[in-house]
Amino acid sequence: MTRINVTVDGASYSDDVEPRMLLVQYLRERLGKTGTVIGCDTSNCGACTVHLDGTSVKSCNVLAVQADGHEVTTVEGLATDGELHPVQQAFHENHALQCGFCTPGMIMQSIDLLKENADPSEEEIRLGLEGNLCRCTGYHNIVKAVQAAAGGSR
Amino acid sequence: MIPAQFEYVAPTTVEDALAALAEGGEDAKVLAGGQSLLPVLRMRLNAPSLVVDLGRIESLRGVRDDGDAIVIGAMTTHSEVFHDPLVNEHATLLVKAIEQLADPQVRHRGTFGGALAHADPAGDLGAPVLAMGATFTIAGAGGSRTVAADDFFQGLLTTVIEDGELLTEVRVPKFTGWGAHYEKFVRVHHQWPIVAVAAAVRTEGGTIAEARVGLTNMGLTPLRARSVEAALAGQPATDEAVRAAAASATEGTHPPSDLNGDADYRRHVATVLTRRAVLAAAGA
Ligand SMILES: Cc1cc2nc3c(=O)[nH]c(=O)nc-3n(C[C@H](O)[C@H](O)[C@H](O)COP(=O)(O)OP(=O)(O)OC[C@H]3O[C@@H](n4cnc5c(N)ncnc54)[C@H](O)[C@@H]3O)c2cc1C
Ligand code: FES
Ligand code: FES
Repeated sequence: MTRINVTVDGASYSDDVEPRMLLVQYLRERLGKTGTVIGCDTSNCGACTVHLDGTSVKSCNVLAVQADGHEVTTVEGLATDGELHPVQQAFHENHALQCGFCTPGMIMQSIDLLKENADPSEEEIRLGLEGNLCRCTGYHNIVKAVQAAAGGSR
Repeated sequence: MIPAQFEYVAPTTVEDALAALAEGGEDAKVLAGGQSLLPVLRMRLNAPSLVVDLGRIESLRGVRDDGDAIVIGAMTTHSEVFHDPLVNEHATLLVKAIEQLADPQVRHRGTFGGALAHADPAGDLGAPVLAMGATFTIAGAGGSRTVAADDFFQGLLTTVIEDGELLTEVRVPKFTGWGAHYEKFVRVHHQWPIVAVAAAVRTEGGTIAEARVGLTNMGLTPLRARSVEAALAGQPATDEAVRAAAASATEGTHPPSDLNGDADYRRHVATVLTRRAVLAAAGA
């Protein structure tokens, strides 16, 4: 067991974990943050995307011990005082989810891409989301939602 | 989905990492960004007893200027290399390759050194680094040694790095003012290339003065297309001349045959991609 100290969605945690525990397991099974989901076995789907110190990572491909001393934000930490994050709101308004399974990862990656490029073209949005798969194939509305969140100037 | 059990250490210096590796022996495994190793551990294709995480060794991170070369720390992430001003000024070929490597999340974690040490024949960094004639610094119990790119890649997933050794940095000669392009052929965007070609070209007027060409996934290691380089020197940067030179891209290659294409198909694709990459690098 290894002791880790992490901040997740603004709260500090100190836990003993097996080194082999994946960050996504830690979030879901230890902290009960089941908003972050597991969609594949190959690190291809992006459903498990969270932010580690503010940049997006696939939490199925990071060990919990690697997050020791760092800050994690999950989809559950985005809303403030009951108010949705603008990207969450845009997904809601643009019908950017069907079954919703890819949505947590899509939202976390969309926030990351808008942080790097506040006014992305459609092409840039599609490239920024290349590591996130939607099994319902609802990509058009996802792209629309990101455009709407960006202010829709392009 | 879950790796087998292992012991874990996260040293903060190269010396401590080497000591941990020495103690762990052949059952120890180095962890860099984890973007190739963790999938392997999760599929239980490998089950090391000790994992030595380099993630907390600050001295292995970053890019510095070293006269006629830039030096990239092994633990610098793909996304850090991509955004680095020195790399953008002196080694645009790396920028072009990383732009197409994996997806943003993987680029945030995966490292320059990890990708090269992993030595996947379909990896996107081997061909550019080979074409640019980089040198690798490898630290071991007895001190450091440097190895030329031509000698670094030994075979499938195999480099000259021995058990107990670490890749610490990669020295990339400056290609300031050269044009560069990485032409990658894939079915799905964020995946490994079926074939890819890395090209750096120095033009004088409309003439190709010098060219460097590297091939991805045309053998068990990345390959340098020296006959194409020789054929291009002094030629006009025209479709006709480049097409003729690109015909020899298949020389000395041993491409795999798999579901994505057989060896003959890959040979054909390699000549097409070489032409495209060289023309784009020459700005033609
Ligand atoms: C979904 C997905 C898509 C991908 N697509 C691509 C792609 O299109 N093109 C591409 O090139 N790559 C791709 N990759 C792989 C990516 O580039 C990895 O970052 C890279 O292969 C390994 O780098 P890493 O830092 O994560 O190393 P790790 O996974 O931590 O390590 C890889 C191997 O190298 C060894 N190692 C690492 N660092 C050192 C060192 N300093 N000294 C000695 N040994 C070391 C490790 O022991 C291990 O065996 C993809 C990965 C994923 C998950
Ligand atoms: S569950 Fe992490 S990428 Fe699919
Ligand atoms: S909405 Fe169902 S997977 Fe994307």
